[in-house]
Amino acid sequence: MDLELLSRVQFGLTVGFHYLFPPLSIGLGLFLVIMEGTYLKTKNELYHSMTRFWVKIFGLIFALGVATGIVMEFQFGTNWATYSRYVGDVFGSALAAEGIFAFFLESGFLAILLFGWDKVSKRMHFIATVLVAFGAHFSAIWIVVANSWQQTPAGHHIVGTGDTARAEILDFWQVLFNPSFLDRISHVFMGCWQAGAFFVLSVSAFYLLRNKHREFAKASMKIAVVIAVVSSLLQLVTGHSSAHTVARTQPAKLAAYEGHFPAEAPAGLYLFGWVDEENQKTTGFEIPGFLSFLVHWDSEAPVTGLNAFAEEDRPPVNIVFQSYHLMVAIGMLLILISLMAAVKWKLGSLFTTRWFLTVLVFSVLLPQLANQLGWFSAEVGRQPWAVYGLLRTEDAVSVSIGAGHVIFSLILFMLIYTLLFALFIYLLNEKIQKGPEGIETSEGKLAA
Amino acid sequence: MNFALDLNSVWFILIGILFAGYAMLDGFDLGTGALHLFTKTDQDRRIMLNAIGPVWDGNEVWLVTGGGALFAAFPEVYATSFSGFYIAMMLLLVGLIFRAVAIDFRSKQEMKWWRQLWDVSFSVSSILSSLLIGVALGNIAWGIPLDARGEFIGNFFTLLNPYAIMVGITTVALFMMHGAIYLVMKTEGELQSRIRGWVNNTIVFFIICYVTTTMATLLYVPHMSANIKANPWLFVVPLLNMLAVANIPREIHHGREFRAFLSSCASMIALLALFGIGMYPNLILSNPEVANSLNIYNAASSDKTLGIMLIIAALGMPMVIAYTTSIYWIFRGKVKLDSTSY
Repeated sequence: MDLELLSRVQFGLTVGFHYLFPPLSIGLGLFLVIMEGTYLKTKNELYHSMTRFWVKIFGLIFALGVATGIVMEFQFGTNWATYSRYVGDVFGSALAAEGIFAFFLESGFLAILLFGWDKVSKRMHFIATVLVAFGAHFSAIWIVVANSWQQTPAGHHIVGTGDTARAEILDFWQVLFNPSFLDRISHVFMGCWQAGAFFVLSVSAFYLLRNKHREFAKASMKIAVVIAVVSSLLQLVTGHSSAHTVARTQPAKLAAYEGHFPAEAPAGLYLFGWVDEENQKTTGFEIPGFLSFLVHWDSEAPVTGLNAFAEEDRPPVNIVFQSYHLMVAIGMLLILISLMAAVKWKLGSLFTTRWFLTVLVFSVLLPQLANQLGWFSAEVGRQPWAVYGLLRTEDAVSVSIGAGHVIFSLILFMLIYTLLFALFIYLLNEKIQKGPEGIETSEGKLAA
Repeated sequence: MNFALDLNSVWFILIGILFAGYAMLDGFDLGTGALHLFTKTDQDRRIMLNAIGPVWDGNEVWLVTGGGALFAAFPEVYATSFSGFYIAMMLLLVGLIFRAVAIDFRSKQEMKWWRQLWDVSFSVSSILSSLLIGVALGNIAWGIPLDARGEFIGNFFTLLNPYAIMVGITTVALFMMHGAIYLVMKTEGELQSRIRGWVNNTIVFFIICYVTTTMATLLYVPHMSANIKANPWLFVVPLLNMLAVANIPREIHHGREFRAFLSSCASMIALLALFGIGMYPNLILSNPEVANSLNIYNAASSDKTLGIMLIIAALGMPMVIAYTTSIYWIFRGKVKLDSTSY
């Protein structure tokens, strides 16, 4: 098999698996700050037990995030050495900055979060929680800076030619605030908050269905509904803004998102459809002119289509189209679920409607799926470029490794990740089944 | 050796400091892992784990940051070594992943087989990780075949030369000694007196490895001592190294564990300094085509990036050191098992 493809599969697999965890820890981080803050303010022991319970889950998720994250940093060098030589001057500093500014902060203060309950004051523990949550968000910022630069390179110039060509930094702030960074980071943050909120909703709904830890579940759920509504609605805004930027900066990707082929023509928006890449035709349910409207506020304005690009500069269309549309559909579904939760809360039936609680239990999968699909469509949509317009993916792979190397590591990762995932689910289930401590017995007292 | 303090040399030193920080900190928890199976009871093993519990994760960040800084400052070195050492790097990743989850999962279930499984996993992966890090260093010192573009042209077996393996074993011995000293600091009673015995054994083990490696270096890798020969005052570094190692059993004997630990840290710094002095200004030596070596100039990022990175380091590192110190201060003292323990 081909080295480039194998390396891409491996990168996709390892990033995809890693990306299950950081969004959850970022989302739960926000949740922990709100909960522990409420505890400090109200002195209500319920919030104390809640914090302790969610911190334990947070610790488990964080550990897996760390264990799988280090693989990413290694892979730039192991599998994409030519890429690393090309972008090191620009891209490396963002990774180093993540380590120095964010990662030390997170893992340092996580120690206090997990082991420091009796070693530091309550205030200090809360400060540690805030710093861990801040560190987790800050970490994402640097990683998204690096990724966005790959999508919309800026603030650099190219030095040298042929296989010694590389990008060198000209303006650090332009690299940092490259054209797609702000859209991308806000979109990622909302995805993370959604992941955290729906995770909490799911576990809480599960307790309510089982008629266990009711006070705990209700209080957790209330916070989660607020975060879910806010993040799901904002996700619509950041999603629109992101697509708008993609239209401006990566027109081939947007055309692939929408299966839009004519070089210059007004474009409709497909709610769903199928792309026939061979005949360059997309069929499905289309709102005519709506894509033009979303991009230009004018339903007649032409949108750049795939035919404006040479065949070898186009991403694989159907797979990008499908993952993008599925992501959008899930985004809409999440808005619906969170609004319904809010309405039911207002009506007083949120904690008792069994079918809706069942929906909430399973809803945990949706943000995860949307995050994966969104990342997938963004990255596959960038193809055939590793750095958009500058370096092709086929030229980015390591030259000193063979396909056999990657097959070996790919099989290794598949085995290990299957094992890790099984263990993660097993231990997560254990923790959830065990539930928060000290709530069941004192429920009456807490309720009063 | 002509030593000019330009940005490239500053980053040579800073990367050295990051890796020295990594060795001193993660070194003791890797060493603890290597010693883990020498304790037999569940209670003792939990104490071992909790001795490193709050800090091992932060310690590993030094490696991540060191890797990131290498990527940013010397991208050619990062690309050549990571792709050149492909299989070794993948095994290191496996080691680090299994170590992380073993520490995290081990005490979450009561079953005997479950705990035994993760105990073995923790220990084996700690030894494997230390060994691989050492083998990589050994290869960098010995030299690896590079082409004119700086790409590795050997294979996995090129990397398994006796000298590199010797450096790998020395690294395991060093981390075991370091870990044992740390554990003396964190334990008390009967377990502590047993660990005291380990300190002596690991010192013997380390000194045998150290002497062998030093002799091998002098005989077979003469370029590693060329800079010291050219600048005799640098001989103070190996001298300090020997004094620091010799001081460890003395401090342990007097029950001054913390000072023994500082001695061990000092000997690690001296060892890495020796390595750095031997390599300077090269980062990866090409063997046999020495002209293809990667050094701090032909492998570096632009001055602009090195300057920006210096600002990032100047802003970030004081903070990192401040809160690393406070976290070690908060978790100072002997390990006590309580509700938050592993």
